[in-house]
Amino acid sequence: MSLLEIKNATLKFGGVVAVNDLSFSVEEGEVYAIVGPNGAGKSTAFNLISRFYEPYAGTFTFDGNNLLERDADQVADLGIARTFQNIELFDHATVLQNLLVGRHRHRKTTLLEEMFFTPRVRREEERHREAVEEVIDFLDLQPYRNKMIAGLPYGVRKVVELGRALASKPRLLLLDEPASGLSVEETQDMRWWIDDIRKQMGITVLMVEHDMGLVSGVSDRVLALADGAKLAEGTPAEVQANPAVIEAYLGAGAV
Amino acid sequence: MRIHFKTSYQHDIRLFPDRWTFMVYGALMVLAFALPYLLDEFYLGEVTNVLIWAIAGLGLMLLTGQTGQASLGHAAFLAIGCYANTILIEQGVPFIIAFPLAGIITGFVGLLIAIPVLRLHGIYLAIATIALSVLADDIIVLTEPWSGGVSGKFPEMISIFGFEIERWTMPGRFYYLVLVVTIICTLFYRNLLRSPLGRAFAAVRDSEVSATAMGVHIARTKGKAFGLSCMITGWAGALMGYYAGTFNNETFSLVISITLLMMIVIGGLGSIHGAFFGAIVVAFLPQALSILKDNVVGSGVAIPGLETGVFGMILILFILFEPMGIYGRWLKIRTWFELFPFARKDMFRRQKSYLKTERLR
Repeated sequence: MSLLEIKNATLKFGGVVAVNDLSFSVEEGEVYAIVGPNGAGKSTAFNLISRFYEPYAGTFTFDGNNLLERDADQVADLGIARTFQNIELFDHATVLQNLLVGRHRHRKTTLLEEMFFTPRVRREEERHREAVEEVIDFLDLQPYRNKMIAGLPYGVRKVVELGRALASKPRLLLLDEPASGLSVEETQDMRWWIDDIRKQMGITVLMVEHDMGLVSGVSDRVLALADGAKLAEGTPAEVQANPAVIEAYLGAGAV
Repeated sequence: MRIHFKTSYQHDIRLFPDRWTFMVYGALMVLAFALPYLLDEFYLGEVTNVLIWAIAGLGLMLLTGQTGQASLGHAAFLAIGCYANTILIEQGVPFIIAFPLAGIITGFVGLLIAIPVLRLHGIYLAIATIALSVLADDIIVLTEPWSGGVSGKFPEMISIFGFEIERWTMPGRFYYLVLVVTIICTLFYRNLLRSPLGRAFAAVRDSEVSATAMGVHIARTKGKAFGLSCMITGWAGALMGYYAGTFNNETFSLVISITLLMMIVIGGLGSIHGAFFGAIVVAFLPQALSILKDNVVGSGVAIPGLETGVFGMILILFILFEPMGIYGRWLKIRTWFELFPFARKDMFRRQKSYLKTERLR
C-alpha cells in the first residue's frame, strides 16, 4: 500500500477549478516531485494534504488514516511535516527555538508541569534539544543556532525551515519549492540534503519544484500538472519527453 | 565582553545563563527584600504600586507580547480578580486560599470569553475586548448585592494564619506580600517561555499557518494564553484592591485597560523586563509630573489632562523612535558596552522581512 494516496481530489474556488479530479500516490521511501506551470495547482495540492483547504471531492489516505477526518493541526501528529513556498518561520525567535517548535508534536508535558518546570519537563527539554541538535548537525546550522530569524539571509532561512520540518521526525516531508530563490551552490546543497533525507533518515519526500535540474537529480517519479489536472506521470526523463508536458510549458507547435 | 562557554544543554535550559547573570539578579533580589529598611513609607508604597502594575503587565504581556493578541479589556479581568478575592474572603474563605482561587476564577472566566473573542484578529479583537471593559462597569452595578455596586467595597485586612497584613498601617508587610506574588508570577512566565507551550505562543504570534503545520492547535493555544494571562491579571487586580483600599464600578475603567497596553508597549513588547520597565514609567509618571508641575507653575494651578497628554506623547515617541520599548533601548546600551569599542550603529537596524504566504483562512 502506498504511504500517501490521493484519489479524485477536486477543489474549486468559486468558479475556478484549482485541482481537477487529481489522483496520485506516493510510495514509502521515494522522492516524488510535482511540476507544472504557475497556477497549475501544485501548492493547492499541498494545502489540501496539510488540510488548510477543504476538498470539494476526493479521498486522502496517509498510511491507512483518512486525512479528511483530521484537522490541520492533527496532520503533523500523523508524521507529515511541510515547508512553505514563501518562508513561514517564526521571525522573532532564534533558529534553535524555531527548530524546537518542530518538536511540538512530541510534547508530552502538560501546562501545569510546564508552569512549575518539573524535572520531567527538564528531561523532555533535553530530549527535544538532542533531536534538534541532530538536525543542526545534519544541515550545518551551527553558526546560526542562537541567531534571530529576522536577521538571517534568505538562503539560510530556507534551510532553517527544512530543519524545522525535519525536527518533527516526519515520515512524509512536503517541500514546497525548496530551491526557489537559492543560488546554484545552495541548490546543489539542497539536492544532497534531499538525497540524504531519503537515504539516511528514511523519510519519504513529496516536493513541488520548478528547477528541473533538481527535480531530475533527486526524484524517482515526477507528476506534471496543468490547470489542476494530471498531465503526465513517470520518471523524470519520461515526463520531460512527454509531448503534452512540452506543450503545456512551451505552447503548441514549439517543437 | 562575556563569552558563554556551554558544555551542556542545561546551560540553555536553566534560569540564568551564567554566574554573572545569577549574581546580578541575586543582588536585585537582596535589594528588593532590603527595601523596606531603606525607604520611607511613601516611597515603599510607590514601589509596591510599581510591582502590582508589573504583575498586571506580565499578565497582558503573556497575551499581547508573547502570543500576539492585543487586549483592551484587561481592566475587566483586574476587576474580576479583585471582586472574586474580596467576595471569597467575605464568605469566610481564608486569604491563603481565596487569593490563588481569585486568579484561577479570573483565568476560567478569561478562557470562556476567549472562546468566541479569539476568533477575531488584530483591530477587531481590540474592539471586542474594549467591549469587555465597558461591560464590566455595568455588570458591577447590576450585580449590586454581591459587588456593592456604585458604593463599592473595602477589602478586609489580610490574615495568613493569624499573621496580619494591611496596606496603610503595615506597608512593609504588604510590600513583601506583593513582592512574593511578583516573584511567583515572573517564575511562571519564565518557565512557560522555556517550555513547549511558550514556544507555541511565539509560533502563533509569528505565523499561524506554520504553527498549525507543526501541530499547534491555534484556538486552544490562544485560549490557554488568554486564560493564563487573565489568571495573572486577576492576582494583580486583587492586590490593586488592597492597595487602593476601596474600589467600585469605576475603579477598573477602560482607561486602566489602555494604560496597561501602553505600559507594555513603552516597556518593550515580548519581554519580562518590558513589563517591569513599563510599570516603573506608569507608576512614577503621575508623581513626577505633579512634582514638576508644582515647581514650574505652582501647586495651586490644575492642568486637566496633563497626565494623559504626556503619556500619549511618550507612547507616540516610543512607537516612532524605539518600537522595541525601553527594554530594546536597554539591550542596545548593554550591547554597546559589551562590545566596546566595536558596536556599530546599524547593528539593530530592522531587517527586511520576506514575503509571507497569503493568510490561509
